[in-house]
Amino acid sequence: MTLSQQTYGELEEIAARYPEPRSGLLPMLHLVQSAEGRITPEGIEACAGLLGVTAAEVSGVATFYTMYKRRPVGDYHVGVCTNTLCAVMGGDAIFDRLKSDLGVGNDETTEDGKITLEHIECNAACDYAPVMMVNWEFMDNMTPDAAARIIDDLRAGNEVHSTRGPRIVTWREAERVLAGFPDDLADEGPAAGPASLVGLGLARERGWTAPSSEQGSAVHDDVPEEPEQVEQAAADASPPSSEGATVEKESGTSETAAEKGDAQ
Amino acid sequence: MSGAATDVLTPVLTDNWDQERSWTLAAYESRGGYRAVDTAFAMAPDAVIDAVKESGLRGRGGAGFPTGMKWGFIPQDNPRPKYLVVNADESEPGTCKDIPLMMASPHTLLEGVIISSYAIRANKAFIYIRGEVLHVIRRVQRAVQEAYAAGHLGSNIHGSGYDLDVVVHAGAGAYICGEETALLEGLEGRRGQPRLRPPFPAVAGLYASPTVINNVESIASVPSIIGRGHAWFASMGTEKSKGVGIFSLSGHVQRPGQYEAPLGITLRTLIDLAGGVREGHELKFWTPGGSSTPLLTGEHLDVPLDFEGVGSAGSMLGTRALQIFDDSVCVVRAVLRWSEFYKHESCGKCTPCREGTWWLVQVLTALEKGDGTEADLDLLLDQCDNILGRSFCALADGATSPIVSSIQFFRDEYVAHLTHGGCPFDPAAATLFAPAGATA
Ligand SMILES: Cc1cc2nc3c(=O)[nH]c(=O)nc-3n(C[C@H](O)[C@H](O)[C@H](O)COP(=O)(O)O)c2cc1C
Ligand code: SF4
Ligand code: FES
Repeated sequence: MTLSQQTYGELEEIAARYPEPRSGLLPMLHLVQSAEGRITPEGIEACAGLLGVTAAEVSGVATFYTMYKRRPVGDYHVGVCTNTLCAVMGGDAIFDRLKSDLGVGNDETTEDGKITLEHIECNAACDYAPVMMVNWEFMDNMTPDAAARIIDDLRAGNEVHSTRGPRIVTWREAERVLAGFPDDLADEGPAAGPASLVGLGLARERGWTAPSSEQGSAVHDDVPEEPEQVEQAAADASPPSSEGATVEKESGTSETAAEKGDAQ
Repeated sequence: MSGAATDVLTPVLTDNWDQERSWTLAAYESRGGYRAVDTAFAMAPDAVIDAVKESGLRGRGGAGFPTGMKWGFIPQDNPRPKYLVVNADESEPGTCKDIPLMMASPHTLLEGVIISSYAIRANKAFIYIRGEVLHVIRRVQRAVQEAYAAGHLGSNIHGSGYDLDVVVHAGAGAYICGEETALLEGLEGRRGQPRLRPPFPAVAGLYASPTVINNVESIASVPSIIGRGHAWFASMGTEKSKGVGIFSLSGHVQRPGQYEAPLGITLRTLIDLAGGVREGHELKFWTPGGSSTPLLTGEHLDVPLDFEGVGSAGSMLGTRALQIFDDSVCVVRAVLRWSEFYKHESCGKCTPCREGTWWLVQVLTALEKGDGTEADLDLLLDQCDNILGRSFCALADGATSPIVSSIQFFRDEYVAHLTHGGCPFDPAAATLFAPAGATA
């Protein structure tokens, strides 16, 4: 496959958003995945050429980040969170069920090219555990049966909706949005799921609010700053160990992460 | 003036989340949105920084560094452009507050971005959002479009003469990119490996220019501080931990979710609000601020959840990611899984972390299977000792937290795996869909 002229143009457009074009590389690689279905050698060459860096450098970046895939991804990327909290709440059982239903292992794609299954890390939705992501849309409060039904629907071509978002688009369409080319689905789905609103609901029920503000009164008074206090606050606030950490510089080891990224 | 008179829950950032189409500009403006921008423009930038200092706001991304002070470190005599970078990478296990905030009210964040950029005299701001949250990225992209069209972004904002451009940048899957200097590497199109500090980003950050990096919730707190006054903000919370924060309860409570409260609330109160621990079970262990903060137990229910309180209990407030585990959960299994996460996410730059996290997983895996001996527990502690404080960034320190704290509180349970020849727990009993009668 060769990249279309349109894709080249869009890659350039991404780079032009930034004061320094290389900053565009992560979204550019998302666009490559959208256009090609994976990170291809052509895609790497194209990014390298446009940014004036070597293909090896681009490749080093692509292998570092887990969302970039060397092998073709199915129409639907299904991620099951198996970080501790979701795992305990049922994520492990869901992942096992889908592996056996689909007959694939981690990071593998079904033969019909429809589903790529992967276990993922915490996706910032722990209050909806166990969580599954389809093309990086939330599928909250899953059970093995509910997850299996969603997979069936996806494979059958039925429309599937995120529990906190729009209808599910294909993986390649999703990657295009990540590259910074929005689709028109922002207004679909709710503002918030039920768990996001529990505290607010309780506050409403019990008449709890933040104190009322003395608008404007507080902003202009010049409270003199006491240097000792400022220094004390800085000392109090410095992270317990990272600032004091013995720093080790080891440039020679920098290949390892990429290798690890490949291996996992 | 803090504490006593304040309500138990104090919705500020979450206050509009139940509004119809709360993510739209129309909804946000109907509640007075973007008016704090004008309040700020009527002030000198330094006065905005002072107000944020006076509010006592401390970073909501984990470390709790005073936000106004960080802004004050930007060398204004440096001729290079200044940048604001919003850290929306939210990947610390258990942390789930920034994502719903951006989904429900992206304009709160954008208003904060405008005021904060104005204060530090930046004309360009970046919002670095983890890539794995498609709909949140859509909402923020749309909010930016709407804000440009309405004159809240772009040139001569609100006729003030101040210009600001905002770029929404999607990451690509790497926990380490939440670390601020690794994030900058990612934003410069490189592998996300942390940079040596100093120089701190305030002096040499993005493109070696002065850069402020703040968490989503920190920046989103700025409009209310400017609009309602720093004294109003400082009237909530505790002496050294001012204001409100979003507390995220997950796991084995009846009603997991987001609870916005003054800093200093206790887990006892929060669990009570959440309807208690799962029926028929008791609290066993919890994280106060994500998996990188040492575990606490039922002994710590009354610890004030502020920076000092959790610190003196031997852990850290972190991101207020309260993951609740009841007595059905095997602590060894939980800790092993987190350790696998750190091993996977170690960026490989430095030896103690790269090799150390690998070894920790080896030893824990054997222990969990019931292989090994009690001496392995001391081996684990020794390994942690060799990692903590000897690595390049705080990821590795975080990796040791669950291990050291779990051995401290649950040594017997590790030993039980050895005597039992494996895990004595039934994993099915911990699930949300646990079959009736399944027991730990
Ligand atoms: C491994 C690691 C991951 C981190 N992840 C995040 C994150 O996802 N979001 C965040 O705001 N801060 C994260 N931080 C903290 C940032 O380095 C930084 O302290 C923070 O963004 C500063 O913003 P604040 O002062 O507003 O909290 C992480 C730190 C480390 C060491
Ligand atoms: S401590 Fe770990 S994550 Fe941090 S720089 Fe070293 S190897 Fe990378
Ligand atoms: S642990 Fe699964 S979303 Fe956080």
